[in-house]
Amino acid sequence: MTRFTVIRWTIFAAALVPAAALVYWLFTGNLTANPIDFITDWTGTTALVFLVLSLTVTPLRRLTGWNEVIKLRRMLGLFAFFYACLHVSTWMVLDWFFDIASMASDVVKRPFITLGMTTFLLLVPLALTSTAGMIRRLGRRWTQLHRLVYLAAITATIHFWWVVKADVREPRWYALAVVILLTFRVWWVWKPRLHSVH
Amino acid sequence: MLLRKAPDVRYSEITPRELYLRRREFLQGAAGVAVGAAAALSPLGVARAGAQAQGRAKLPNVKKSPLSTAGEKINSYEDITGYNNFYEFGTDKDDPARNAQKFVTRPWTINVEGLVKTPGPIDIDSFIKPHALEERVYRMRCVEAWSMVIPWVGIPLGDVIKRLAPLPTAKYVEFFTLNDSKQMPGLRVPVLDWPYREGLRMDEAMHPLSILAVGLYGEVLPNQNGAPIRLVVPWKYGFKGIKSIVRIRFTDKQPRTSWDLSNPREYGFYANVNPSVDHPRWSQGSERRLGEFFRRKTLMFNGYGDQVASLYTGLDLRRNY
Repeated sequence: MTRFTVIRWTIFAAALVPAAALVYWLFTGNLTANPIDFITDWTGTTALVFLVLSLTVTPLRRLTGWNEVIKLRRMLGLFAFFYACLHVSTWMVLDWFFDIASMASDVVKRPFITLGMTTFLLLVPLALTSTAGMIRRLGRRWTQLHRLVYLAAITATIHFWWVVKADVREPRWYALAVVILLTFRVWWVWKPRLHSVH
Repeated sequence: MLLRKAPDVRYSEITPRELYLRRREFLQGAAGVAVGAAAALSPLGVARAGAQAQGRAKLPNVKKSPLSTAGEKINSYEDITGYNNFYEFGTDKDDPARNAQKFVTRPWTINVEGLVKTPGPIDIDSFIKPHALEERVYRMRCVEAWSMVIPWVGIPLGDVIKRLAPLPTAKYVEFFTLNDSKQMPGLRVPVLDWPYREGLRMDEAMHPLSILAVGLYGEVLPNQNGAPIRLVVPWKYGFKGIKSIVRIRFTDKQPRTSWDLSNPREYGFYANVNPSVDHPRWSQGSERRLGEFFRRKTLMFNGYGDQVASLYTGLDLRRNY
């Protein structure tokens, strides 16, 4: 096994820890007095963590020259989608138990849920086109399509910010991370243009 | 995110809080005996002295009240004391249970201010002593769309107010929580405009269902639930139930309240439980009773409409939320 294979499998195993922890807490009765709220928060936060991690791959690669790291990007992105799926299904099944009318009115009337659902819908096409075959078939358009992840990171962060009643310390960290990571992208787009002007 | 971590020391190994709080009495010898005797004269003092070893002190002479809510399954002590919104001790639900362990609730003084016959400080035990302790089982509906059923022990707020004798010009009563950042780590973060403040219209405060709670499950109120004394107004959202009260002020102007100051679009002065007035973040039409899987319909005035609806005759509850 190469060193990189070890890194990849270590990250894969670590990425399953938040899900395993939920199962462990379920059986040890540690999901608080309000388990459904707890599971919702936990899966949502974990999804956001992986979304942010997937956005760190390219800056890390360009700043360090460690090219192999790009092979981790898809896995991190798919874990973000995996936890987002758990988050949305917790809401649909555990919280509302398929009460379609109430869920629909929540999506329409509550801005933070509107943004949460928007984020999820943005992630779906990205997950569906993450296979090698789709990357080949879509070519340049694949790159364009996957820029949607920038928007998803923004909507996910605002979603988290808006769900908090008053204490925005935690969402503020995610917002800071997203701003820094997206600033790299803006900089990389604008820097060559600035040079060409001179 | 809620990061869970087991406490390093088991609770049974910690010096009981009561003993810790009384450490000076051991040192002060005779003075300590005198203080101890004075404490023993109040009902809470007796209970506290008697149950020091357990750390959970039984309250004596608690009458069951006919105003209790019947036919509800009462939530467990663990749920009621482990899942709290008490931002002075942290904004996560399990923060208060952890951070309020060493909170000192004796000596404790309540300052009575404003439009009242005799303003001034009153010691907590003399404040409670004239009143018989009653058990009141109430539903508690949080604005976050969850609810519990809680067996409070308390004294009727109306009786307390009568004793304090506000002037006829007093139209509202205002409450303030302790503002001590040494003991309350949450106060070091400007999450709300501290100190926490709440208010009631005088007729709401005088209503027989309004109580000041000093106990829970027949025992002294745990710190994380607002010891030593807190407001309970069961037809209003939980955040109206201001905790660890140190000031009571009678006024002729409608007071500003903490959540209203923080976000007036979402929180108003009245905060009556009302399934037909939505909160921007939570559907108020239904709630999850802790311990149950399915949501249940939220009742107008939290199911206390028969008793309290007449307080609001002619008031537009959609505008006065």
